[in-house]
Amino acid sequence: MTSGREKGGIHSGGQPGLSQPAHGVYNPPLPAGKPIGPGRVWRFLSMEIAVLVKQVPDTAEVKIDPKTGTLIREGVEGVVNPEDLNAVEAALVLKARHGGCVTVLTMGPPQAREALLETLAMGADRAVHLTDKAFAGADTLATSYTLGKAVEKLGPFDLVICGRQAIDGDTAQIGPQVAEYLGIPQATYVQEIEIRDGVLRAVRRLDAGTETIETPLPALVTVLGSLNSPRLPTVPGIIDACSSKDRLSVMNAADIGARAEKTGLRGSPTVVWKTETPKSERRCEMLKGSPAVQAQALAAILKKRNLS
Amino acid sequence: MLSFDLTEDQEILRKSVRDFAEKEVAPVAAKLDEEEKFDLDLVRKMGDMGFFGPFVSEEYGGTNVGYVSYIIIVEELARVDGSTAATVAAGNSLGIGPIFYFGSEDQKRRFLPALCEGKRIAGFGLTEPNAGSDAGGSQTTAAFKDGRWTINGSKIFITNASSDLTSVVTVQTVTGRKPDGRPEYSCFLLPAGTPGFTRKKMTGKLMWRSSDTAELYFEDCRIGEDAMLGSRGAGFHQMLKTLDGGRLSIAAMGLGGAQGAYEAALKYARERKQFGMPICKFQAIAFKLADMAVEIEAARNLLYKACWLKDSGKPFAMEAAMAKLYCSEVFGRVAREAVQIHGGYGLMKEYAVERFFRDQKLLEIGEGTSEVQRIVISRAIGC
Ligand SMILES: Cc1cc2nc3c(=O)[nH]c(=O)nc-3n(C[C@H](O)[C@H](O)[C@H](O)COP(=O)(O)OP(=O)(O)OC[C@H]3O[C@@H](n4cnc5c(N)ncnc54)[C@H](O)[C@@H]3O)c2cc1C
Ligand SMILES: Cc1cc2nc3c(=O)[nH]c(=O)nc-3n(C[C@H](O)[C@H](O)[C@H](O)COP(=O)(O)OP(=O)(O)OC[C@H]3O[C@@H](n4cnc5c(N)ncnc54)[C@H](O)[C@@H]3O)c2cc1C
Repeated sequence: MTSGREKGGIHSGGQPGLSQPAHGVYNPPLPAGKPIGPGRVWRFLSMEIAVLVKQVPDTAEVKIDPKTGTLIREGVEGVVNPEDLNAVEAALVLKARHGGCVTVLTMGPPQAREALLETLAMGADRAVHLTDKAFAGADTLATSYTLGKAVEKLGPFDLVICGRQAIDGDTAQIGPQVAEYLGIPQATYVQEIEIRDGVLRAVRRLDAGTETIETPLPALVTVLGSLNSPRLPTVPGIIDACSSKDRLSVMNAADIGARAEKTGLRGSPTVVWKTETPKSERRCEMLKGSPAVQAQALAAILKKRNLS
Repeated sequence: MLSFDLTEDQEILRKSVRDFAEKEVAPVAAKLDEEEKFDLDLVRKMGDMGFFGPFVSEEYGGTNVGYVSYIIIVEELARVDGSTAATVAAGNSLGIGPIFYFGSEDQKRRFLPALCEGKRIAGFGLTEPNAGSDAGGSQTTAAFKDGRWTINGSKIFITNASSDLTSVVTVQTVTGRKPDGRPEYSCFLLPAGTPGFTRKKMTGKLMWRSSDTAELYFEDCRIGEDAMLGSRGAGFHQMLKTLDGGRLSIAAMGLGGAQGAYEAALKYARERKQFGMPICKFQAIAFKLADMAVEIEAARNLLYKACWLKDSGKPFAMEAAMAKLYCSEVFGRVAREAVQIHGGYGLMKEYAVERFFRDQKLLEIGEGTSEVQRIVISRAIGC
C-alpha cells in the first residue's frame, strides 16, 4: 500500500481537475511507489482492487413470469456473469503485477455464495456477500447505491472493476452508476488495461474503432469479454476457497451503513409495467412484372419505409 | 437423513472441469484421435488444474479430495473425450495408486510429487500376451542374486507407459514359488530408462487413440532391492486392490461418456427435421432418449454410492465391480442409440458420437472384462 494510507479513512484532496470524491473514496496523492529499474519508471507496489460480480441464471434464454413480469430464477443454475469473470481475471493479473489484494463483492440471495466461492477459487483474496431481505427487488439505482455503500465501507480501493453488462438484467448501468455514486472517473467497454505511475490507461471499444484514455486512480472500469481469458479454478484453489472460513464474509444493510429505504424494492423508482419478448414478424411480398417494374416497385417500398 | 447433495467444492469442481474439457479438450479431441497423438501439453495443463493425486495426501503433492471428487473429474473429461479421461483415470488409479498405497516413504517422496503435478506420469503393468483375464498366469519373472533383481519377460497394453512423460511403471512379476507350490507375485517400480527395460508405443487402436498404450520388454533388466513395491509376495494383493479402485474410474468413464453421447443425441434430435418436424417428436426417437436418461441416472447413483462407500472406509469392491460393469454397458447402449439417432451423420468423424461409439468398447474390456466383473459379483453374492 502506498504510504500514509488508512483503511476505510476518508481523505480529502484529490487530483486537480477531477471531480472530488463525494463519498470518501480514497484518492491517492501522486504515486508513492518504489522506483523500479533505471530512470523514472515507477509503479504501485500494491493495489486494492474491488470486483463487482453478479450471479446470473445459466441460460441463454431468460424466462419471464407472464403474470408478474419478473424473471423466473427458480430451478435455474446460477453462474458468475461471464464478463464478471473477465473482471476477476483482470484484477488477478493486476495483482500479480503490482501486488495487493482483490476483494470480490456481490449483492444477491443466499445462493449467490457459490459465485463468490468460485471467484475465491480463481484466486481472489476475499469475498463479501451482501445479502439482506431489504435488498430484494432492487432496480439498477438501488443496486448501485448498495454496491457503492459497500465499496465505501470496505475501501479504500484504487480500482473498481465490473463486467460490462449482466446477461440477465442487461442494462450495463451498474458500473457507471457505481462510479457516479462514488464520484470517481470511469472507463466503460474496456478491452485493455494498464497501470503505470498511478495512471490507468484503458483502451475502450467503440462502435467504430477504439479509444485510449488515461485517468488517475481511483477509478472504475467495466470490462469486455475480449479483455482476457479467465483462468479456471484449480482443484487446490477450490479446496482452499471452500475450506477457509475467513475469506468470505456476509454483510447486511446495517453492516454497510445503507439506509433501508434506499435499497431493494423501496429504493427502486423503476416500476416494471410489462415485460415481453419481442415478436419478430415477417411478411413476404412477391413483386411481379418485368425486372424494371420490379426494381421500381422495390425502390418505392424502400423509400416509403425510410430504408433507402 | 439420506442426502444426494454434493458439497459446495464438488459443485464448483464439476463446473470447472466441465469448462476445462469444453475449452481445452473438445476443440482438439477429434484431431488427436485421428492422428493417434498423445498430447503432452494437455497432460501438463491437466496437471496444472490439479487433476492428478485426488486421493493422495498433501505431503506428497496430492489434493486429497476423495473419490467422489476424483470421479467427477474423470466423468466430466469423459463427457467430452474418452482418451483424455483415460490418461487421468489410468494416471491416478493405476499409476499413482500403487505407489501411494503400497510404496515406501522413499518411493513416495521420489515419485509422487512430480506425478501429482502432472509433470510426469506412471503406468501399471499387469497384462501380458499370455496373461489377460487370468492375471495370475503371469510369465514375467524376477530372480534375486547378489542383492539385485533381474527381470525378464514382457507386458502388453500398458496405459501411460511409453511417452516421454513416463517416469516409472509398476510391474507385476513372479518372484518364486510359495510353500504350497503356487506362484509368488511381487511388484517392482521400474523407472523409465532402466537398462534392459524397453518401451514401445502401440498404434492402430480402434479406440482411445490419443491415449498412450505401450508394450514393455524386460531383458535381464537389473534393479536394486529398493525397487520392490511393498514386501515380497504382496504383488497379487496389491494388484487386486489397485483394480478395485481402478474400476471406479473406469465406471466414471462409462458414465461421463454416456452423458456426452446422450447430450449430443438430444441436441441433434431437437434440431434435425424430417417429415416437417424435429425427429425428437417421433416417439421411436423420444423413447430412446428417455431410456438413455433413465439408465444414466441409475448408473450415476450406483457409481456415486460405490465412491461414497470407499470415501467412508466401508467395503466397496462388489459395488465397484457393479458400477464398472453397469456404467460401461449403459455407455454401450447409449452410444449405439446416439449414433442411430444421428443417422448417416453419426457414422462420420465430424460428429463426436462416432468417436464415443468407438471409445466405449474398451470399457467392457479394460481393467477386467464385463465377464470378469460378473465373475467377481457372482462370487460376492455367494454363487
Ligand atoms: C426495468 C427493469 C426491470 C427489472 N426487473 C427485475 C425483476 O423483476 N427481478 C429481478 O431480479 N431483477 C430485475 N431487474 C434487474 C435488476 O434491477 C438488475 O439485475 C440489477 O439492478 C443489475 O442490473 P443489470 O443486471 O442490468 O446489471 P448490469 O448493469 O448489466 O451489470 C454490469 C455489471 O455490474 C455489476 N453488477 C450488476 N449487478 C450486480 C450485483 N447484484 N452485485 C454485484 N455486482 C453487480 C457486474 O460487474 C456486472 O457485470 C430489472 C431491471 C430493469 C431495468
Ligand atoms: C487400450 C488398453 C489399455 C489397457 N491398459 C492396461 C494397463 O494400463 N495395464 C494393464 O495391466 N492392462 C491394460 N490393458 C489390458 C486389459 O486389462 C486386458 O486386455 C483385459 O484384462 C483382457 O485381457 P485380454 O485382452 O488378454 O483378454 P482375454 O483374457 O484373453 O479374454 C478374451 C475373452 O475371454 C473372456 N474370458 C476370459 N476368461 C474368462 C472366464 N474365466 N470366464 C468367462 N469369460 C472369460 C473375456 O471376458 C474376453 O471376452 C489395456 C487394454 C487396452 C486395450
